[in-house]
Amino acid sequence: MITNLLGMHLRAAAELVKTASRFESEIRLSRDDIVVDAKSIMALLGLEGAQGVEVTVSADGKDEEDALRAVIGLIEAKFNEDE
Amino acid sequence: MTEKIETVVNGIAASPGIAMGNAMVLSSRDMLVPLRRLEPAQLDDEIDRLMRAIDLSKSQLRETRQMVAKDMGESYARIFDAHVMILEDKRSLDQVLARIREGYNAEFAFNAVFSKHEKTLWEKGDVYIKDRAGDIRDVRKRVLSNLSGTRREAEELSNLDSDVIVIADDLSPADTARMRSERVLAFATDVGGRTSHTAIMARSLEIPATVGLKSVVSQVEDGDFVIVDGNRGRVVVTPSKDTLARYTLEVERYARVTKGLLRFKDLPAVTIDDRSIMLSANIESHEEVDSVIEHGAEGIGLYRTEFIYIGREGLPGEDEQHRIYKAVATRVAPHPVIIRTMDLGGDKFLSPFESPKEMNPYLGWRGIRFGLARKDIMKTQLRAILRASASGNVKIMYPMISGLDEVISANEILKETKEELGREGQAFDDACEIGIMVETPAAVMIAEELAEHVDFFSIGSNDLIQYALAADRGNEKVAYLYEPLHPAVLRFIKRTIDVGKKSGIWVGLCGEMASDVICAFVLLGLGIDELSVSPYVVPAIKEMVRSVYFKDAEAIAEQAVKGTDPARTKRMVTQSMGKKAPDMPL
Repeated sequence: MITNLLGMHLRAAAELVKTASRFESEIRLSRDDIVVDAKSIMALLGLEGAQGVEVTVSADGKDEEDALRAVIGLIEAKFNEDE
Repeated sequence: MTEKIETVVNGIAASPGIAMGNAMVLSSRDMLVPLRRLEPAQLDDEIDRLMRAIDLSKSQLRETRQMVAKDMGESYARIFDAHVMILEDKRSLDQVLARIREGYNAEFAFNAVFSKHEKTLWEKGDVYIKDRAGDIRDVRKRVLSNLSGTRREAEELSNLDSDVIVIADDLSPADTARMRSERVLAFATDVGGRTSHTAIMARSLEIPATVGLKSVVSQVEDGDFVIVDGNRGRVVVTPSKDTLARYTLEVERYARVTKGLLRFKDLPAVTIDDRSIMLSANIESHEEVDSVIEHGAEGIGLYRTEFIYIGREGLPGEDEQHRIYKAVATRVAPHPVIIRTMDLGGDKFLSPFESPKEMNPYLGWRGIRFGLARKDIMKTQLRAILRASASGNVKIMYPMISGLDEVISANEILKETKEELGREGQAFDDACEIGIMVETPAAVMIAEELAEHVDFFSIGSNDLIQYALAADRGNEKVAYLYEPLHPAVLRFIKRTIDVGKKSGIWVGLCGEMASDVICAFVLLGLGIDELSVSPYVVPAIKEMVRSVYFKDAEAIAEQAVKGTDPARTKRMVTQSMGKKAPDMPL
């Protein structure tokens, strides 16, 4: 699953952690060969998600489909940011 | 996180004046992280200690969040949610706990894990990512300072090579002491109230300052252009062109008003109906003596000597102190200088190493309690002061008296010291007046007995108010309780003045209260003999005294003492002072 990020800045990362943490499944974001836990803000901050960078989202667990939908939905909604 | 748009942060006006320039943000950047190896039995306690510091940090961050949400909006507040989240990051916390279980102390373990994250982000080089490293650093420092309870040394202040405006979370009086530099144009801090010692020092150094800003450190970056408005208690970060123009005009106007008040410089502080009081100045350093004279004060009503002791290594010797006291005494002669023996303790300690960890330092080992326990330090100081008394009009004052024994013991040490000096053939003024600070409710209530052993009382209103009202003057949450016109405070003051008159000794007041024209009017009416204020305030108080009738002040003071509502008392006094009260820039 590939989508565009509007820059993974701090508030966006926080929103992502908040969303991912609602699910039991393990959720991972990867970019090139870096794979990080979407429930860890520290890990997400290290993802270099500047604007336009492509990342892959994957989920593994009981609620993986809902989790995937929610995370992608958040990214597509530009992290509920105003700008 | 700082956008380069104008941001206004409101706090408490601590020292008047306006300054603009580039910010130097002081934070715990040079904080030393201690390394200790722990025994297995200690590990659980160490983990508890870490968790407490993290919880404290989180609650501080949530408090900031509330504040930011209110003042700047929800989208800014969310930054602090993220900061809390950094502290809830399970993977990182697990790593920290693992380090502690290996036998490392909490500071070291926490710092190791979080600095590594920071470093990793920093090295990626991207501007976005670097900012994130800054976020982690802020959080890390908060936890470290909560863990150690120590504050960073503001060493940088002593050797600046360009003009700066200091922005800090907190500045201890020792930090402020290092600002004795023309390079520091102003300062602004997150914590503190109007009468914290840091604020008082700023006023005496005539540096504009705003305190109690709560979140200024997180909103300013090194080098940002800032305006510190010490008249309104405001900081403007990266001001717009309009704001800048407005402030530039104001700086000019302010300078004119201040200058205008100096026209009474060489005239005495006497009311229209001929009641005169002594109007003197408070200083914390001999460097301020010129300012005392320039502002037309009649001598020094309070020379706080503790700053000779703090912010240095080792104790000051007798000759060093003597030189300083003598220079001050000579410069203000024939006017008096009241030298207060060191009032260490409270928020002023010899050095971080000697500062006892006290739960409640203001009720702890300070003032004369310290002096009597460290007779060696006290005696060295008394010798230096007495020797200086040969060169001017010197008076000695003991701080923090709460019992008769303390005065008797201090006077015995003084007597011994005089005998020693006499035997050595050293010159001193044997008739040198001795006084005490009346700053504890206890001293007020036993003033009759105390008066038998001294030549004067000087009411230390800053402490008297906080002890009377049980409100910490440095705690912005209870600062609203700190009210000089509270009837309990006024009755304590009235009692002290009345006892002084009955006992035939003079009574002065040397706290911040005297700097407020309204309070000063009431004090005048209560029959105070002397007021001692920051040098720069002298002209304003003198102008007030010279433009009122003593009989009016007496009538108003009588009503103020009976009043039950400080706010109403204030309105009442203000109205009755009416148009006579000059338009003060205070």
